[in-house]
Amino acid sequence: MLHWPYFFGRYIIMTSPRLSQDEVQHIALIYRLGLSQEEIESLRHQLSDILENFQVLDQVDTTDVPPTGHSVTLENVMRQDETTSPMSKEDTLANAPLREDDYFRVKAVLD
Amino acid sequence: MPSNLYDLTLHEARHLLDGREVSSQELTQAVLDRVQQVEPRIKSYVTITGEMALQQAKEADQAIAQGEVSPLAGVPMQLKDNMCTRGIPTTCSSQMLESFIPPYNATVVEKLLTGSAVVIGKGNMDEFAMGSSTENSAFFPTRNPWDIERVPGGSSGGPAAAVASGECIYSLGSDTGGSIRQPASFCGIVGMKPTYGLVSRYGLVAFASSLDQIGPLTKDVTDCALVLSAISGHDSRDATSIPQEAQDYSKALTGNIRGIKIGVPKEYYGEGIDQNVAHAMRIALEKLEELGASVEETSLPHTRYALAVYYILAPSEASANLARYDGVKYGYSAQDADSMWEAMERTKQHGFGPEVKRRIMLGTYALSAGYYDAYYLKAQRVRTLISREFQEAFQKYDVLITPTSPSVAFKLGAKVEDPVQMYQNDVCTIPVNIAGIPAMSLPAGFVDGLPVGMQIIGKPLAEETILRVAYTYEKATAWHKMRPEL
Repeated sequence: MLHWPYFFGRYIIMTSPRLSQDEVQHIALIYRLGLSQEEIESLRHQLSDILENFQVLDQVDTTDVPPTGHSVTLENVMRQDETTSPMSKEDTLANAPLREDDYFRVKAVLD
Repeated sequence: MPSNLYDLTLHEARHLLDGREVSSQELTQAVLDRVQQVEPRIKSYVTITGEMALQQAKEADQAIAQGEVSPLAGVPMQLKDNMCTRGIPTTCSSQMLESFIPPYNATVVEKLLTGSAVVIGKGNMDEFAMGSSTENSAFFPTRNPWDIERVPGGSSGGPAAAVASGECIYSLGSDTGGSIRQPASFCGIVGMKPTYGLVSRYGLVAFASSLDQIGPLTKDVTDCALVLSAISGHDSRDATSIPQEAQDYSKALTGNIRGIKIGVPKEYYGEGIDQNVAHAMRIALEKLEELGASVEETSLPHTRYALAVYYILAPSEASANLARYDGVKYGYSAQDADSMWEAMERTKQHGFGPEVKRRIMLGTYALSAGYYDAYYLKAQRVRTLISREFQEAFQKYDVLITPTSPSVAFKLGAKVEDPVQMYQNDVCTIPVNIAGIPAMSLPAGFVDGLPVGMQIIGKPLAEETILRVAYTYEKATAWHKMRPEL
């Protein structure tokens, strides 16, 4: 659903159609975010309204303008490679929802 | 000096503590009593650590007796609940972290504790700092001390309301798009977002990492300078920390602004701005001119794109940052699931509230295949243009002055249903985060009995200039001395 080519993304911005339920569901799936039917429906409208407001950026000419990721440019912050004591095992596991011995326990990843 | 100990500023408290006229235990008890008195109406605290605070106060009294010189020693304060405190819950006002007890302290917390500060508790906020009214807290909304039918602003609504109502002497908040300055403005106090990288973000629960910054919320400008001096400085645990040592910002409080050039960007005074607020600002600008500054209108035409840029970039970064809440290592974990994927989906479904879900969805959409260039990359390019525009303005002006918020505090429930309208609240503060520059909000008048905040914006690392202008204005006015009746 979301594997349309780039130009289609542009098209979406310029005409800003409303998001479909399927699209909302697909975005939730790639994030592994569970949503109820009501949430999907209300998000569909709210996200469409918000995206419509982003159209204003189409008015800005950004030819040859580099993107800014961070406002403060710091390059390759280095430090000495020194051994320090890590957080203790108990501290690390203290908040584990499920623990087995010294491991975080999870449900089976593969069936 | 105020008649109630809880109404003291940090520097007034410092004077009394150093002169042994009051002990930290007395001061802390007075503030805890105040919390007990007004908290049922204000609701600014998620966690109150009274016993621990009294113990810290006792130790602070000993430290002061032994010559402790930190300006923070023995003074009770509140921390926004997104700064990690070892052994004390750090919830971000979210179900997701309701039972999370950090195994370490944020760098700012370490600095406070090293300086014998007294931590009274953790302040309520919009969930994961996403919001402008503190109504997005998963636990309860916080009320504005000036009118409890109104919001205190957000996301640092708890910290701002606590300072304004005397529930702490000062507090620390975080600001991603205005979350310190807008609530400071709504509650009639001083709030500063420092230059990005000036204060370590280590131990601050991440929302949008390229925009987040910790800063002080205080009763006046002198306190702001004292707290900023105590929390800033390089930290090797934050890779974006600016490599410069902490400095004494109180040296900037000269009270002289002769020759200071103030730019007034007209975009912040027109459409979408309450004209009563704009009028209050014009009066404040006249005062600054009287005090010796020159004031000139200017234009920052890219301002109108800042909101769209922010609501693409911040949710995109948030969607990446919040992916860590998978129910495995810490935080809420849904166990009623058959598979790992289902457990993850349910964990996020029940752990996150509506605004967090909305922003995660928005960010995931903006970063997804086919949309990345059109939204995320486009927003980053416009970010460059917004930053350049500020750089150009600062070749001409020392500071820029705008309203902090387009309106005074609004009523609870007024904007909850309409996210687009709610997002407009940050229109004056967001450009500052996008450019990574420092800005402060300070009290500059009242409209209908509610405080108006003036925003002073400076160039990168020009906190001193901002403090100097703010202090000079504060000395010539009495807004900061007004306290809400509770």
